[in-house]
Amino acid sequence: MANSEQEISRETFNHLVELAALELEENESDYLLTELNNQISAIRELEAIDVDKGVPPASHGVPYTPDSSPQLRKDDWIACEDADAIIQQSPVVEDRFIIVPDIPHTTLE
Amino acid sequence: MQLCDLSAVEIRNHIISKQASAVEVLESCLQRIKQVDGRPGELESGPETKEDTERVHAFITLTKDAARAQAEMVDKMIASGEDPGPLAGVPATIKDVFCVKDTPSTVGSRILANFISPYTATPVARMRSAGAVLLGKVNLDEFTYGSSTESSAFQPSTRNPWNTSRVPGGSSGGSAASVAAGEAPLSLGTDTAGSIRQPAAFCGVVGLKPTYGRVSRYGLIAFGSSLDCPGPLAKNAKDAALLLRVIAGPDQRDATGANVPVPDYLELLEKEIKGKRIGLSPDYFQITFPDLETGEYVQQPVPAEIQEAVLRTADVYRSLGAEIIEDVPMPNTRYGIPVYFVISRVEAASNLHRFDGVKYGYRADSEIVDLKMLYKKSRGEGFGPQPKLRILMGMYVSAAQYSEQYYQKALQVRTLIRRDFERAFDLNGKYKLDALLTPTTPSTAFPMKDVYGDTVLMQYADQLAVPANHAGIPGVSFPGGLDADGLPIGVQLLGPDFTEGVLLQLTHAYEQATLDDEWRTLRPAVLREM
Repeated sequence: MANSEQEISRETFNHLVELAALELEENESDYLLTELNNQISAIRELEAIDVDKGVPPASHGVPYTPDSSPQLRKDDWIACEDADAIIQQSPVVEDRFIIVPDIPHTTLE
Repeated sequence: MQLCDLSAVEIRNHIISKQASAVEVLESCLQRIKQVDGRPGELESGPETKEDTERVHAFITLTKDAARAQAEMVDKMIASGEDPGPLAGVPATIKDVFCVKDTPSTVGSRILANFISPYTATPVARMRSAGAVLLGKVNLDEFTYGSSTESSAFQPSTRNPWNTSRVPGGSSGGSAASVAAGEAPLSLGTDTAGSIRQPAAFCGVVGLKPTYGRVSRYGLIAFGSSLDCPGPLAKNAKDAALLLRVIAGPDQRDATGANVPVPDYLELLEKEIKGKRIGLSPDYFQITFPDLETGEYVQQPVPAEIQEAVLRTADVYRSLGAEIIEDVPMPNTRYGIPVYFVISRVEAASNLHRFDGVKYGYRADSEIVDLKMLYKKSRGEGFGPQPKLRILMGMYVSAAQYSEQYYQKALQVRTLIRRDFERAFDLNGKYKLDALLTPTTPSTAFPMKDVYGDTVLMQYADQLAVPANHAGIPGVSFPGGLDADGLPIGVQLLGPDFTEGVLLQLTHAYEQATLDDEWRTLRPAVLREM
């Protein structure tokens, strides 16, 4: 772990911000970039661990056996009790349509 | 002693035997809230006043009217000879990460500040059906991302009832503080890396993280989907057992809910602990963290007072006939935080994509020309710094070119952490433990503003708690004494999958054996004048 080496550059950071669909204030960017690199320093401890290739990845801790797995339910159609309550959550609704601004046009190559 | 200072089991017994009505109990809790809580957390909170620094601020939303209606309903049922359920008239608070129908469900974030949930989370619905009186929603770190509750967008954030210049821990800080201050005997929290156990330790209450899948996550605003566990915070083991019994069990709406029968935890409590095998591991008496100045890893023993509290607890168990097994190796404990930095961020980034200003929550309304800008501005203005950090880190470590180096490696090390526990608990192995006894935290409650902002140091506050989340196993934190500053010390027990009953039994045995300890006579500072 080398302190001087900033793994996430400003350029990479800006790319991540774009992908994450975030608009940031400038002073906010500085704080976030510093903390990200500090966290990466901590994460790098993982590199030093000698893990045998045969160790399987664990996507969760507790194993699910056929007995402990949730029983599959029938593939029934169940109507939402109050669809309007769901639609009304949207900040802008007209006639049960959720309104959004223009969707940018992109030409597929 | 007022009604609100009774335990949940005592309150239920009072109500069932008509020594007190549910409405009287509720009024007592509301009176306590009025005395100690101060103003609730809000978005536009203005400057902090001196009075603010002396109050608990557990609440974001107090639902007085709904609570009164529930209490009246319980009293009506009692009067007509019906059984209102195992939580009859017991007041409880809910961490504001659970959706509750027709109630603001803010997750401590501006992006959901205006969100009124159209449905209720399964554990909350089960509490209500069992007769609980829900007082409202309590504060937390924004999206649960923190260990001090200070990152909430709703300020003033919660303070520690034992000393209001200290943090209550987090992210279930409002939950732990509300129980410690006698505002409610029970609270429902969540634990992704210690978020139930660490605030329970800091506030001197019992906090139980159940086995992953033991309690349904339906209606929980998701953080790390493979780590999140709803669970009880309570005054003692008995109350935690009472609440766990109500909320545990499979749920058609949670595909990760385990199909494992729920025992009567209260009945298990009274069993003898003679012959139980309890382990101590040197790997839990130290913490390892990076020094950002030098880039070196520093190993530090857990403070002597905390070590002594754990060893005293072991002595109590020994005197009750348990066998203490020392030097149990848990070599991968130190990797819990680096692994967590990767796995939790990837899962958080994925879970936070849904907040876009379109379907619900905050929508930016200035100078929006197209949909892309709407997303960016809504997310940029709606999320605070902690969610933003998690999104960015999650995207970075799971990107195609880094995934092998970070994400895949972290998942493999997670297996190693799980294997440490499997070895310790293996019935045919060397140690055959029923539980591992450890400190819950590497410090007692730290001062407000001391750590907040330093996201690496804050994360390392969870080093002794997070391995249980990676492994999915249950863990409980309970008070094991006070430090020299009069702050609670938390002691932790970790056990094999689905052994919550044993952990609660051991906690209860310790409580009974130390009932007359002098430190138990001290109350949180905010209650001393009463």
